[in-house]
Amino acid sequence: MLDSDSFITPDGRTIGATVMEMKNITLRFGGVVAIKDISFDIREGEIRAIIGPNGAGKSSMLNVISGFYNPQEGEVWYKGSKRPPMKPYQVARQGIARTFQNIALFEGMSVLDNVMTGRLNHMNSGILSQALWWGKAEREEVENREAVEKVIDFLEIQHIRKTPVARLPYGLKKRVELARALAADPKILLLDEPMAGMNVEEKEDMSRFILSVNDEFGTTIALIEHDMGVVMDLSDRVVVMDYGKKIGDGTPDEVRGNQAVIDAYLGVAHD
Amino acid sequence: MTAAKPAEAGLTSVPALLARNANDFGGKPAYREKELGIWQSWTWSETKEEVEALALGLLTLGVNPGDHIAIIGRNRPYLYWSMVAAQSVGAVPVPLYQDAVGEEVAYVLDHCQARFIIAGDQEQVDKVLDIQDRLDRLEHIVYLDARGMRKYDHAKLSQFQELQENGRAQKESLAADLKARTDALTYDSTCVMLYTSGTTGRPKGVVLSNQNIIETSKNSCDFDGLGAGEEVLAYLPMAWVGDFIFSIGQAYWTGFCTNCPESAGTMMLDLREIGPTYYFAPPRVFETQLTNVMIRMEDAGRFKRWLFNRYMNVAKRVGPQILDGKPVGFIDRLSYRLGDLLVFGPLKNTLGFTNVRVGYTAGEAIGPEIFEFYRSLGINLKQLYGQTEASVFITQQPDNEVRADTVGVPSPGVELRIADNGEVFYRSPGTFVKYFQNDESTADTKDSEGWVATGDAGFIEKDTGHLRIIDRAKDVGKMADGRLFAPKYVENKLKFFPNILEAVVFGNGRDSCVAFINIDMTAVGNWAERNNIAYGGYQELSQHPAVLDMIQSHVEEVNASVAADEMLSGCQIHRFLVLHKELDADDGEMTRTRKVRRRIVEEKFSDLVTGLYDGSPSVSTVTEVTYEDGRKGSISATLDLRDAAVVSQKMAAE
Repeated sequence: MLDSDSFITPDGRTIGATVMEMKNITLRFGGVVAIKDISFDIREGEIRAIIGPNGAGKSSMLNVISGFYNPQEGEVWYKGSKRPPMKPYQVARQGIARTFQNIALFEGMSVLDNVMTGRLNHMNSGILSQALWWGKAEREEVENREAVEKVIDFLEIQHIRKTPVARLPYGLKKRVELARALAADPKILLLDEPMAGMNVEEKEDMSRFILSVNDEFGTTIALIEHDMGVVMDLSDRVVVMDYGKKIGDGTPDEVRGNQAVIDAYLGVAHD
Repeated sequence: MTAAKPAEAGLTSVPALLARNANDFGGKPAYREKELGIWQSWTWSETKEEVEALALGLLTLGVNPGDHIAIIGRNRPYLYWSMVAAQSVGAVPVPLYQDAVGEEVAYVLDHCQARFIIAGDQEQVDKVLDIQDRLDRLEHIVYLDARGMRKYDHAKLSQFQELQENGRAQKESLAADLKARTDALTYDSTCVMLYTSGTTGRPKGVVLSNQNIIETSKNSCDFDGLGAGEEVLAYLPMAWVGDFIFSIGQAYWTGFCTNCPESAGTMMLDLREIGPTYYFAPPRVFETQLTNVMIRMEDAGRFKRWLFNRYMNVAKRVGPQILDGKPVGFIDRLSYRLGDLLVFGPLKNTLGFTNVRVGYTAGEAIGPEIFEFYRSLGINLKQLYGQTEASVFITQQPDNEVRADTVGVPSPGVELRIADNGEVFYRSPGTFVKYFQNDESTADTKDSEGWVATGDAGFIEKDTGHLRIIDRAKDVGKMADGRLFAPKYVENKLKFFPNILEAVVFGNGRDSCVAFINIDMTAVGNWAERNNIAYGGYQELSQHPAVLDMIQSHVEEVNASVAADEMLSGCQIHRFLVLHKELDADDGEMTRTRKVRRRIVEEKFSDLVTGLYDGSPSVSTVTEVTYEDGRKGSISATLDLRDAAVVSQKMAAE
C-alpha cells in the first residue's frame, strides 16, 4: 500500500513515509556541545547517510538514535510517536540494530555464535527451559538458527561459520558485525563507518551487501561514512554536519553543490 | 553389478538408469547438498520425481527433441537434475563453465543455438541478459536461486521450482508425451554436449552419445570395483567431462551418492564432513593441501613437529609398499601402525581422506614428492590420462601398479597406438561421435577407423606396458641445432617446487631455452614472513632479490636434472624472469581448466621474450589485465632478467 508520501525510486525501490524524526536535538558533554539543534528525518526504506569532517558529531548523532546518549534538548520521534528516554536495549527491542566503528564482536566466540547473539531479542524462553533444552527453548533455538543461517548465506560467510572471530581478517569481521545486526531482523539499521579501513575490493563487497539488504528486505539504513564516493553512490539522502551543526541536507547531487558543504570539506580562505 | 551388457538390460540412456535406480535403490540417498548449514538429501525415488517434474515443466515451455539446453552454475543437485530432465525430453544438455565471461558464453550459446538456459543464480542470469541481443534463438531462462531476481521482467524468465510446479500441475496432459520422448532415447542418442576448453582457437562442442557415457562408466566402475556405496563430492566444474562421468555417468550406473558443497569456499570443510570414498582432484588441489599441511606443521609446537617428522619418515619408507601389498618387516609394520594411530589417521581425517578407497588425479603432471606423500599416508591415489573426446578414460593405473611418472595402462576397451612422430592415438567405446557443426575438425581428429589423435606425444614402456606422456605433440619441437625441445617436461620439473606455481619455457627453433616463472603466493608469502621480508603485494614480492635468488637456485637444480637426460639436455634454461602477475584465464593466458596458452603468452609478453634473448639485464613493461567483472586495466613493472647456470653436456657425461 502506497500512502501519499510514498514514492518509487528509479531503480524500483519503494520509499515510504517518515519513520524516524530528530527534532532540535542538542547534546552536551559538560561544556562541550557535540550536537547543536539538529533536525532531520529518516524515511522508511531509504538509505540515509550522515557525513561530515572528523569531530563533526556524526557518531554522537548515531548514538542518540541508538539510545546510547540521551540528548539534553530535543525529541526523537519514532513511528509517529515521541520516544521517551530509553536504554539501548529498549531501543534495540524496537527494531533498531547497529554496527560499531571499532568492531565490537566477541573475539573468542565463533562467527555463528556471534551472529546468534543478534537474535537475543527474539528469544524469550526461561533459563530453566534453556538449561534443560526442552519445549519452547528447543523450538526457539531451531527457529533462530534458521534465521541466522539465512543471514550467513545472504552475506556469503558460510566458510567461516565455525571460525573464532579473532582469527578473521578485518574486512570479514566487519561483515560478521553486519550479519549480527541483520540477524536482529531490524526495521532500521545503523552503520557506523562500515567501510573504514577497507581496501577497494572489500568496499565494493560491503556496498553491494548494503544495497542488497536494503533492496531485498526493505530495511531502512542510516549510515556514517567518510568515503565520499561510496556515500554519494549508495545513499538516497545525505545529512551533512560540521562542528555539531547541520550544514546541509538533501539528495547527493544537492549536497554536492551546496556551498557550505564545499567550504566545510575544502576549507575557506580567511583574508 | 549387472553382468550383462548395458544395452541388453535395456539401460541405454541416463533416464533409463534413473528409472532402474529408483526401482532398485529407491530409499538410498542419490544427492546431498549442504544448505543453511545442514546436509539435505534426496533419495533415488525423490530424484526421479524431481527430474520428472522438471522434465514436464520443460515441456510446458515448448522444448522440442534435439533442442540444446544450456546449464550454467555451480555444482548443485538441481542442475544435475536439469541435465537428466533435458535428456528425458529428448533435448541435449550443454553445461557451461560458471566462471566463463560473457564473450565465451555468447560464443557457445550462439554456436549450439540454445533455445533455453538453466542458470544457477542472478549473476549467471545477468551474464546471459547482457548478451541476449546477440542470441536470436534464445527463448527462455530458468533460474534457480531467486535472490535479487524479484524485480526482473519475467516474460522470458521462470524460477526453477515454479517451473516444476507447472510441470506437476499439467502432468495429466503431458505425461504421455514425456514417456514417449524418454522411451525414444537409444544408445546412439546424444547424451551430452561438452565444449572443450580449447588450448588453441575456439571451443569445440564434443557430442557424446549414451553409448559413450554408459559403456565408459561401466568399464571404469568395473576397473576400480566401484559400487552403490560410494560417496563422491561434486565440486569440479559441471562443464568438464570428468564431472559429467563421475557425478552422472558412474553415479547413475552404480547408484552411488553425489554430494554438493555449500559454496566454493566451504569445499574443504564439506569434504571433511562427507568423507568421500571415491575422489578426484587435479594435482593443484593436492599441492595446495600439502602446502597448507606443511605451513601449519611449521607453526606447531616442537613435540608435534618431532612426532610428525618421525612418523612421516616411517611412512615415506614403508607406506607405499604397505599400500601395494608388498612384503614389509614386522617392526616397520608395527611402527607404521603406530604412526597411523598418532599421525596419519588424524591427518587424513583433517584432510577429509579417511574413507578414500580410490583417488585419482589427472590433467597435469603431479610432483613425485606430492604423489608419494599421499600414497605414504595410505591413500590410494592413482593417475589417469584422458580427454573430453574419449569420455575421460584413455589410460589409468591399476591398484598396486602406481607410479608418479606414468599414466597407467589402457582402460578396459581402449586400444592404443603410437604414431611415428610419437603422437598417441586411441580407439574406444567412449570415443566421441563428432564435433558439433564442425565436420572438418572431426575429420582432422578422428579417422575413418575410429582412431583419435590425442595431440600428446608419449611412449609405452616396454616392460610394464604403462603409457608415459612427454608433452603436447605440437609443442614438442626442435632447437636451432636440432636437439629435441619439450617445454612441458621442463615446466613440470619447475612446477614441482612448491614456490613455483606456473612456468612457461620458450626455445623452439632457438639456440637456448628461456623461462617465465609465476611464484606461488601462499608458499613464497609464508617463506617471506618467516624470513622477515616485507612486501606490499604480489608484484613487489615477485621481484624481490631474495625471491629471485631462491627461484634461480630452483632453476639451476632443474637444469642439473634435465642435463642428466641425454635426449632432452638441450632444454636447460639459460635465462629466466619472474612474472609480475599471475597468469589468468580472465586475461586469456590460460584455459578455464588452467592450462597455459603458450602462444598467447608468447605474443602478449613478446617484449619480455625478446629481452631474455638479447641479454638485457632488465625490461620495463606494461601489461593489460581484465578484472572479474570484465573491465580492463593495466599494470606496469620493471623486471629483472637473470642468467642461470647450465650444465654442459661434456661435464654431465664425465
